[in-house]
Parts: sequence; structure tokens; C-alpha cells
Amino acid sequence: MTAPATPAPEPATATTTTPGGPAPVLAFDDVHLSFGAVKAVNGVSFEVREDELFAVIGPNGAGKTSIFNVLSGVYRPQRGSVVLEGQPILGMRPPAIARLGVARTFQNIELFANLTVLDNLMLGRHQHLRYGTLAAMLWWGRARNEELRHRRKVEEIVDFLELEQWRKMPVGLLPYGVQKRVELGRALAMEPRLLLLDEPVAGMNLEETEDMARYILDIRDELRIPMIMVEHDMGLVMDVADRVLVVDFGTPVATGTPAEVQRNPDVIRAYLGGEANPGIDEDVRAAVRAVEDAADPGAGGGGGATT
Amino acid sequence: MTATRTRRLAPLGRPELYTSYRQDMALLNTRSKMLGALGVLVVAALMPLMVSDNLLLILASGLVLAIGAIGLNLVTGYAGQVSLGHAFFVGVGAYTAAAMAGDPDGRYLGLGIDFMPLWLLGAGLVAALCGAVVAPLATRLRGLYLAIVTLGLVFIGQYFFFEWDELTGGSQVGRDAAKPVLLGIEFTADYGFKGGWTEEQKLYWLFLAVLVIAALVARNIARSRVGRAFSAIRDRDVAAGVMGVNLTRYKIIAFTISSFYAGIAGALMFSASGHFTPESFNLLLSVQFIAIVLIGGVATISGTIMGAMLIALLPRIASELPAFVPFLSTSASEHPNIFDFEQIMYGVLIVAFLLFEPRGLFGIWHRVRTYWKSYPFSY
Repeated sequence: MTAPATPAPEPATATTTTPGGPAPVLAFDDVHLSFGAVKAVNGVSFEVREDELFAVIGPNGAGKTSIFNVLSGVYRPQRGSVVLEGQPILGMRPPAIARLGVARTFQNIELFANLTVLDNLMLGRHQHLRYGTLAAMLWWGRARNEELRHRRKVEEIVDFLELEQWRKMPVGLLPYGVQKRVELGRALAMEPRLLLLDEPVAGMNLEETEDMARYILDIRDELRIPMIMVEHDMGLVMDVADRVLVVDFGTPVATGTPAEVQRNPDVIRAYLGGEANPGIDEDVRAAVRAVEDAADPGAGGGGGATT
Repeated sequence: MTATRTRRLAPLGRPELYTSYRQDMALLNTRSKMLGALGVLVVAALMPLMVSDNLLLILASGLVLAIGAIGLNLVTGYAGQVSLGHAFFVGVGAYTAAAMAGDPDGRYLGLGIDFMPLWLLGAGLVAALCGAVVAPLATRLRGLYLAIVTLGLVFIGQYFFFEWDELTGGSQVGRDAAKPVLLGIEFTADYGFKGGWTEEQKLYWLFLAVLVIAALVARNIARSRVGRAFSAIRDRDVAAGVMGVNLTRYKIIAFTISSFYAGIAGALMFSASGHFTPESFNLLLSVQFIAIVLIGGVATISGTIMGAMLIALLPRIASELPAFVPFLSTSASEHPNIFDFEQIMYGVLIVAFLLFEPRGLFGIWHRVRTYWKSYPFSY
């Protein structure tokens, strides 16, 4: 809804055609989560497959972040099941789920502001470091060797995300776009089996957005980490996502490739309002059609349709 | 990388050149830090030969305060769990040490363990145990609520210390503190050792040695995965949980270590005076530790030591002042006197540091250091 109408994308990447074979990395099945009378997540189901970039979109308050909070164990849903690589994770505490390999970034940056970039990334490796408190006190042998070994791993991420110049800066002092990148790096440092990105480009300018898109694609193609992304920037979602789930008021509206969901009338209704205000609806639709035609006559429902 | 591993420091003239992560991650990772630390240590070690015993005693008490304050800084500065109950753990340490080292046939509880490291460790461990028992409170409460609950700890402790006469001697009576004796050296006796060092000199050296170990261990904790977990809990506890940091576990570890330090400080705090009463472990002592942490610098070890020395020296500074400020009186019956001044300075220092230099003395030192680093340029 907030996205600028970027030029309509090519009908998303070739990898969109989903292989039917291997078991999904994550199966999210019929999850119900409510706070009192508010149904934050109401019967949402989806699967994420190997090497897939799966996007969740929906208007404000649709329950996207709630889905993430269920996945990382912050919220406990009343009903449903969540299975990560064959293991049910519902009801586990956040650290336990993190240990199984679910890493996430947050919508509003949740970095450790007083710590340096390196320390933030090292915290991502917290569960990979095994030495205990007594070893830490002496900083000898095992503790030091482990720190050195994991420092090397962290430097790989520094290199991957081009964070070299900020290594020893407290992250609280860094520009917003860089902080977002550090947060992505911290999640990568966990060596996740599944990466959750909550609005990775929220509040970024065009240049920062394009950088982030590049990193996200690199993660999928080079590191081969399956990702779930919540994002309001429709241009980005339609460009990079393999499949998209649309939710509204906690209820799933549609799942499919970006091109499919863009054509789905229910999706258009969720974003532009349905029967409630038919007059405005028609005006907006007409406007959207005009923009579409001008931008890309052939695509039949380009990125503009969702703005 | 392997070729340069043997090099411990950057070559002269290239202070920022690191050729291995090991070098980069060292505690003293630049030549100037190395030389600076060495210099401070040498001056501190030679202090007993340079200043009067009077002043030395004050410095020694500062060293003990620093040990306790480092503990508080670990739990409050690093892990962000505000604790007003530090005085309680100091008390537990003091009484454990006194009871362990005490005369078995004496009036009060005593086990007659003369070996100093043993009762020192015992004091730390018993206090740490109390810390571990109290810590689960911190997993339920945070911020102001935790501060109030730990404040309650001081009053509960006072009750026990006042009423358990057999251990503490009771209100206003008190009992003798543990006497530090090691390898035949009586630290609290003026004679009995070749060369005839005074009690103050020996105690100072003992406290300095314990402080150096305590500070090194604290620094190691701070830069390890444990210390990072502490800071993560302080900065953003939800994110820390998602990173796989077990909040309950690390809060308990923080309180346990902090109380251990408090216990050690308590065991040594009254060695010089030789006697202490339950009144010592009141809220004021807790506040004193908080003041040291705030003035010295939150989440710094070197700052904590600076803060402790400043707080310990404050009465002395106040008593020297009438020579420069004529209207200040040394007599308690006239106002304004030096005791008023000391009280006021206490408050003024806390307020001034919070307002103007929240990073404390360490922040000031840091600024001086960066200034000279880029001298003669201003940026």
C-alpha cells in the first residue's frame, strides 16, 4: 500500500515453478491465534520449500507480523501446527526455536544498540559457541579458540554484506539502512535453516532498497537459505519473491506466484476495499488500470495493481 | 595469517595494523594500551612506598569498594538488572568470612579456618548462592520493580543481621572481622615480617592483588559470549531470546557472579578496622555502590575502579578543602562544614555525571584519549 509504483516486473523469476518433490522446509498448517476477541491469525496455512523466497503480504494489521511471532515462538497460537523440517515447533520457547535454525529480522530494528557490529554478529552465533562461564572467566584454551574460530565466520558475513568499515562502531550510531543490514547479518550469523525477514526495506530510500534486494537474492542463490519475507514494498515483493501469500484480517486470501496473486480479484479487493465503498473502488480501479496500461500494456496486472 | 601469528603487537608507527584476529581481540590490543596498563599497575604497586599510611588506608578501602562495584556493574551495567540489594550480599560475604575464620571457642560462631584463600572463596560462594536464589525474581520483574524488590532484600538482610546474635554479635555490638593471614604473613599486624612493612602497606598490596584478578576475570566475562549475552539482555531482551540467549539462565548467572564479587568485597572490607556491626550493611552502602557505577561508568571495568577510588577519596578531599575555601569549617557543630560538603558532593557528582557525562569517568578518559589520538588535529 505504501509502495511507489515501480515499473511492472517481468513475470517473476523462472524458479517460480515449484518442484513438487522434496518435503517442505516449513509447513504452517491451519494456525489460529487470537487476543481476546481479535483474531490475529485465523486459519492460515502455507508451505515453504527449499531455496524458496516466500513473501507474505497484506494490508496493515493483517496479521503478518503475528505469523512471524508464532514462527519464532514469541506468540503461542490456540490451534494449528507448525512443522520445521519434520519437527513440530509449536509451543517451543524462542531460544529453542532459534537453536533449530529459525533466524529473523525485525520490522523495527531490534539490534543491541550499545554493542559494536562485530558483537552483534557474534551474538547471532551465540548458540554455536559452546564454552561455559568458567572458561569465559579465564579466556584460555577452549574459550579463546572458539571465539577466534567464530570471529572468522563472522568476518565472512561482514564481507558478504560489505560491513567492513563499520565493524567496531556501536550499531546505535550507524545510519538506518546500515542497521537494517547489520540485523540481516546477525540473522545470517545464526546459520539459519529458515530466515524470516520482517519488512527488510521499510523506510529505506531507493538506493538502500536496491542494495537490500541484491543481498536478499544473494542469500537465496548463493547461500541457498529459504526465506519468508513480510514486506509492504510491492515492487520489491513482485520482483524477488517466488511465491506470495496474501492475508487480510488474519485470514488467508490467496497464495501463488506474484503474477497470479496480482490478478486475483480477492487480493485486489483486500487492498483496495470491496463492497464497502464501491464508488471509490471504481475510481481507484480506473486509475490503476490507466497506470498499468501506461506502464506495461502486456503484463496484464503489473506491480501497480496492488498500490 | 599463520606466518604472522607470532607477532604480538602491531609494528611501531602502525598502531592500527592487525595481522590476525587474535591480535585484534586481545585485551590490550594496542601498544599504548599495553604500556598504559603496565604503567598504572607499576604506579599502583609502588604506591605504598610513596604515600603516608593514612592515605594508603583510604586507597586500600577504595580497592575493596572497586571489587564490590565491579560485581554490581556486571549485573546492573552489563546485564541491565538494577539491583539495590548489593549491600545484602556484601554482608553475607563479611559474615561468612568472619564465621569461617572465627575462633571456634569464641563467643560467636567460628570454624577456625585460618587459610585465607579458603574463607575468601567461601565468602564469595555463599554470597553467590544467595544471589542465585534471589535471581529468579529478576526473570519476572524488570526496571523499577526489580529495584524495589532488591531494596527489600536489604531490609530483610538487616533483620537477620540484627537478630542473629550468635553470628553477628547483634546491633551496635558486632564481631571481629576475618583476619587475613597467608603463608605466615599477618596482613593486619605491623610487625612479624622481614623488612617491617606496616599493616596498611600489606593490606593495600593484598587488596590490589585481589582487585587485579577480579578485574581481569570481569573483563574476560565481559568480552566472552556470557558478557555479550548480558548486554543483549540489557539492550533488547526479546531479540536476545530470538538469538537463542536463554534469558532466565543468563540473569541468574549475572546475579550469581555479581554476588560472588560482593561476597569477596565483604570479606575484605573490614580487615583494616578489624571489627564490624550489622549497621554497616544498610541501604546507604547499596547506594554507594550504585554511585560508584554511575560515576565510574556503566558497563566499564576500568571506570568502576576509577569511580571507587574517587568515592573512597571524597572524605579526604573534603577534609583538605578548608585550606583553600576559608568559610568551610572542620568542626561538625559549625555550618557549612566539610561533612556537609562531602554529603553534597556525593549528590552533586551523581547528578552532574548523569546529566553531563553519562558514561562516567571512563567517558572523560575516553574523550581525552581520542583527543590525543588525533592531536594536533581536532577530529
